[in-house]
Amino acid sequence: MSTTSTGPSTGPTSTLTKPVSGKQVDKVFRAIAYACGILILVVLGAVALFLLFRAWPLIGGDQSAVSETISSFTGGKATNFWAYVGPLLFGTVLVAALALAIAFFVAIGIALFISHYAPKKLAAALSYVVDLLAAIPSVIYGLWGGLVLVPAIYPFWNWVATYLGWIPIFAGPAANPSRTVATVAVVLAIMILPIITSITRDIFLQTPRLQEEAALALGATKWEMVKLAVLPFGKSGVISASMLGLGRALGETMAVLMILSPGLKYSFRLLQASQDQTIAANIAAQYPEANELGVSVLIGTGLVLFVITFLVNFLARKITEKKAVK
Amino acid sequence: MAGHGTIPAKEGSMTHPTSHDSSGSAPASLMADAPVIDFDKFKPTRSHLAARQRKDTFMRWLILLAFVVACIPLISLLWTTIVNGVRRLNWDFLSHNMTYVVGGEATGTGGYGGILHAIIGTLEITLGSMVISIPVGIMCSVYLVEYANRSRLSRTVRLLVDVMSGIPSIVAGLFAFSMFSILVGPGTINGFEGSVALSLLMIPTVVKTTEEMLKIVPNDLREASYALGVTKQRTISKIVLRTALPGIVSGAILAIARVIGETAPLLMTAGYIVSTNMNLFSGEMTTLPVYVYQEYSKLRANCPADASASCVTTIPMERAWAAALVLILIVLILNLIGRIVARIFAVKTER
Amino acid sequence: MGQRIDVNNLNIYYGSFLAVEDVNINIDANKVTAFIGPSGCGKSTVLRTLDRMHEIVPGAHCTGEVLLEGVNLYAPDVDPVAVRRDVGMVFQRPNPFPTMSIRENVLAGVRLNNKKISKSDADDLVEWALRGANLWNEVKDRLDNPGVGLSGGQQQRLCIARAVAVHPSVLLMDEPCSALDPISTLAVEDLINELKKDYTIVIVTHNMQQAARIADYTAFFNLKAVGQPGHLEYFADTTTMFNNPQNEEAERYVSGRFG
Repeated sequence: MSTTSTGPSTGPTSTLTKPVSGKQVDKVFRAIAYACGILILVVLGAVALFLLFRAWPLIGGDQSAVSETISSFTGGKATNFWAYVGPLLFGTVLVAALALAIAFFVAIGIALFISHYAPKKLAAALSYVVDLLAAIPSVIYGLWGGLVLVPAIYPFWNWVATYLGWIPIFAGPAANPSRTVATVAVVLAIMILPIITSITRDIFLQTPRLQEEAALALGATKWEMVKLAVLPFGKSGVISASMLGLGRALGETMAVLMILSPGLKYSFRLLQASQDQTIAANIAAQYPEANELGVSVLIGTGLVLFVITFLVNFLARKITEKKAVK
Repeated sequence: MAGHGTIPAKEGSMTHPTSHDSSGSAPASLMADAPVIDFDKFKPTRSHLAARQRKDTFMRWLILLAFVVACIPLISLLWTTIVNGVRRLNWDFLSHNMTYVVGGEATGTGGYGGILHAIIGTLEITLGSMVISIPVGIMCSVYLVEYANRSRLSRTVRLLVDVMSGIPSIVAGLFAFSMFSILVGPGTINGFEGSVALSLLMIPTVVKTTEEMLKIVPNDLREASYALGVTKQRTISKIVLRTALPGIVSGAILAIARVIGETAPLLMTAGYIVSTNMNLFSGEMTTLPVYVYQEYSKLRANCPADASASCVTTIPMERAWAAALVLILIVLILNLIGRIVARIFAVKTER
Repeated sequence: MGQRIDVNNLNIYYGSFLAVEDVNINIDANKVTAFIGPSGCGKSTVLRTLDRMHEIVPGAHCTGEVLLEGVNLYAPDVDPVAVRRDVGMVFQRPNPFPTMSIRENVLAGVRLNNKKISKSDADDLVEWALRGANLWNEVKDRLDNPGVGLSGGQQQRLCIARAVAVHPSVLLMDEPCSALDPISTLAVEDLINELKKDYTIVIVTHNMQQAARIADYTAFFNLKAVGQPGHLEYFADTTTMFNNPQNEEAERYVSGRFG
């Protein structure tokens, strides 16, 4: 207790009012942290501004040159920007919505399987598999879709076109190779599956145990318990996860670019080739050959895509936020 | 619910010897005017019970089916990539770039070109985006967790980080392209431009994982440090960030694994060349995913009529598969490392 | 050596909510002063104003004076960081830094304050602080083991060692034994008795027997109702507090009739 107790014993006045070492560093560090926080705002603003600036010739530039460029992109089908971006936007939303429709129930099924049905060890392994799916680069999905799925899925689409062809969206003949909206939607569904699954799984796991047990104590079967306790609890989480999945599907480029045979129509013919095209894939496809003004046109379409995905993501977050406040 | 008798039967089953008389009489008067209920009426019928059971079983199988359905593409994808990829994956493929490759003919070394330049490009561009986004991401989450105190600004930042994580990668590419063409000069294409585009995609991931990690550092540790007269900066950098380090590292690795497979933004920012370019700041640069795409879009190689037997027309696809296999391996290994780091080096905080 | 603390007209707020009202108390140097009272009466809050730790909670602030040997801790030219170097604190739950060894934990205060310290000085300081915390004999052979590997009582004494290693003049303890078993509690109580030779000690406790065992003076905090501010009801030397309190509420409390 007394070996080296000759520590600092200066007067109290001096130690308390003496400038504290490290105070300058403290201030600098704080400033950097604030700057990085604000940088996020700046970057998002910059994205919008730079895109707008670069797309400006569309609005402020020579209109006849613009329409000439657009008509060269489309082979004369469209001459103004909105007529050009319209079908693209339609195709983007169509493909993404189909992908979501396919992925939605499967994702919820897997999430339920992991959270409530699978044994614990298996569930952990499955969670890992789902994360693995999420990690696979989109270009590889494109490669696989273009070289493996397209030939493999043709018989199925052909069957659908033959027997369900009376439904307009399945009108035949099914294209072979099936580089169609339907095939792209399947690949996109696989790609957005993991993100929807992992979010809904986390939400389902948070279901209050008491509510689950209350349902079971009333004599409910497992599925009734899920319907009574788990699904209502996870509802808003499921919705927002789907929106995030939709956002991802809207912006996906490579898989669409590598699989779809594009067209520029407002077409619901899912099984036929050369019907629709998405904004993102269109940018990547036209970009290498585009001249200065052409790039402006493409950036203009990119700006439309940015606004759409921004809104979808914003909405998704708002939904979860409201839930969190409750 | 099933198997309950009527009220008298229930009372008869109450065999508490001491309390039976006193408590039995009190409820009796309480329930005197209550309607007599035949609980047998509410008993579920046998067929109804069976129907419920059937539905339960049906849903169980449906859910299992959903899972199996999801496994098919994953297995098919991994399987085809491995089977097709190993065919051309050898040392020659890893150690050469695409110069001197003509059509489907073999090069002087007996190979068919390779991905050396793409591996170098991937490493440099990814490294560039790490250097930008990891410090910015970490400091942004330090701001959110340690400084912001739920202010209006911090809520906005948090929301925008979420929104930013949903930006389509091609828009990130367009942004980097527009920014460089305005600030540096029209038509600028270099590796660093690709790094900027990728950072836009990486920052939100880093911010979000780091934020989660900082949040689970127990407040006790911050207080203990402040109570020792340690400044806020040193508390954050030496206690909070140090304690959260394994989680941050693993989050950063997962973020890298995500952007390393990005293709679309690099098509327009980093371009594509066949030779090796070591300079991140000048000239076009190829990355692995772009290489896969470029080979895929070649469809087939040209073999003139008088070509030697070693000329392979399907070589572009085979190169694409081999490069895809390398890419998958890199991504999976990064994922694995990230998880192992998180698990092994996790600091036990016992709370 | 310990220093005395004088608190004058202290009001503590969380945002606009007045948590503790008008505290006046004189805490003697080199004595143990215990704060007791029912939960929610603000005794921990008052303790935390003595080293300006309450300011960490967003929106918390206070008015009035806290004088450490006559210097107001809340004077504009006083930095809270400097205050905390002079007034140490031990928390309810032992909180050694999980990334650090036992040795590094003891040296944390000095090292984190960026003071260069030679190997031999560090060795001396570690031994001094651990002996002071009555932990040396138990851990001297495993100083490089992680601090979180110790038992709860040992961890708490390690935290005390960590606090005394920066050589403060006052030690504040916020229910230091509430997470410990009886044997560890006894060890910490013995240590507190030893430490008062060198430090002024203020301890918050829920356990009245503990206050009676170790404190020289006892302050009884109370609140009129939930949602009302807490206040200092009665302050006396410990013998008076527990045997012959001159305050009705305090008498009711120490005899176990409420709280």
